[in-house]
Amino acid sequence: MENSNSSESKSKTSNRRDFLKYVLTTGLVGFAASIFYPLFSYLKPPKQNEVEVSSVMAGKIDDFAPDSGKIIKFGSKPVLLVRLKDKTFRAFSATCTHLACTVQFKSDQGIIWCACHNGKYDLNGRNISGPPPRPLTEYSVFQKGKEIYISKNA
Amino acid sequence: MKNSIQNIYKWIDDRLQIKVLVEYMGKKYVPVHRHSIWYYFGGVSLFFFIIQVITGILLLFYYKGSSDLAFESVKFIMSKVQFGWLIRSIHGWAANLFILSIFIHMFSVYFEKAYRYPRELTWLSGVLMFFMALGFGFSGYLLPWNELSFFATRVGSDIFGVVPIIGEPLREFIRGGSDVTGATLSRLFGFHVALFPGIFTVLLGIHLILIQRQGISEPLHYNKEEKKERKKMPFFPNFMLRDLLLWLIVLNLLAILAVYFPAELGHKADPFSSAPAGIKPEWYFLFMFQSLKYLPAHILFVDGEVVGILLFGIAGLLWLLVPFWDRKSSRGEHNKLINYLGIFAVMFIIILTILGWTS
Repeated sequence: MENSNSSESKSKTSNRRDFLKYVLTTGLVGFAASIFYPLFSYLKPPKQNEVEVSSVMAGKIDDFAPDSGKIIKFGSKPVLLVRLKDKTFRAFSATCTHLACTVQFKSDQGIIWCACHNGKYDLNGRNISGPPPRPLTEYSVFQKGKEIYISKNA
Repeated sequence: MKNSIQNIYKWIDDRLQIKVLVEYMGKKYVPVHRHSIWYYFGGVSLFFFIIQVITGILLLFYYKGSSDLAFESVKFIMSKVQFGWLIRSIHGWAANLFILSIFIHMFSVYFEKAYRYPRELTWLSGVLMFFMALGFGFSGYLLPWNELSFFATRVGSDIFGVVPIIGEPLREFIRGGSDVTGATLSRLFGFHVALFPGIFTVLLGIHLILIQRQGISEPLHYNKEEKKERKKMPFFPNFMLRDLLLWLIVLNLLAILAVYFPAELGHKADPFSSAPAGIKPEWYFLFMFQSLKYLPAHILFVDGEVVGILLFGIAGLLWLLVPFWDRKSSRGEHNKLINYLGIFAVMFIIILTILGWTS
């Protein structure tokens, strides 16, 4: 009789202890979460509304000598505008498809070249040598009066 | 789990003999008496410093320290970054409470004469940290580059220029030019996030090592009691757990203040606009600002302001050097003059702060 009583009180204390443990742990976890949730949310950079650009004015036609290339600011991205020897224009995304360096026009070899890892593209934007995995995205170029515009290919 | 922790401990102990250190730390005791409550404010100040370092680093992820971008980047933190307003508000509130807590800690140490032999160096490092805390406040105030901070910095740095001989070059050095411009912002930004934290950390290290080495000061009245009647508790874990509990309470207080009274931003600084009416410095500079107002334009042949600033300079120097001119306390004797001077200083600061606040 006595035995069963003491074991009953023991199970009661252990019940109480379990309950306390549960309450304290939950409280502690909640407290930690209320500190770390704001902390980690803060560290996540907010999305900036990037201005959607569909076309930009690159400059006057006389600014671009034949057989040369120039980086044009297209929204927040660089675009390479190339004027070929035959005076026609071509534009490509200037972001190398390998590791996102900015490419340049190399007139002596007649190619588009990435200085970071010696990636090479031909003047149609096709990757022809080196590490780039994909061709450069082409942009369309049109002329309005004396001004040259670049726009995204639909 | 327990085993692997023990293994890691053993691995480190094998190489560094940290057992000796842990045993050494276990010997530190905190005297228990009617003024024991004041022992907590050093720890609270330390806690605020830790908070400032963490929130300061977080703010650095988005803050831009140039006159063109500073205001906009703080606005960005306040409006776009998730919980950015909270981080900035905590940084602002903790800064104020940090200085308040240092004030309390410093004056309690002063009244208990805990600076007396052999703790002169602890006092020196502490007062230097107090001055640096004021420097943190002054330099940090400009960083949002708003109207208030711009003019407060202009006035504040102009005061340095009043000091004879070194004043002008000093003002030029702080401003990075003859006026408050973007150059001042870059400079104070550098002070606030690199120079001051570096020096402060070294001073704090010295301060804490000294306390660990010398143990916690026992007040004179406690020393006069019978050895048997002196009560004490171990620092680890008894006092430290109480410390941690208080830190938890302080953290909650900080969160409440930051949420219900978030930091404001105001208008962007415009060097070509006139100073807004009712411009005041932060509360911890207010008593000095207010006393300068009461001084006459000329005292004998000298500008009133010059006299005022020299007096504050001398008072600050005397304060820093207390342990070296209060020889009585070091001998274990009662020094009433120290108490009167301390009470005068506290009353002076409180009354002039209130006058400055309400004027």
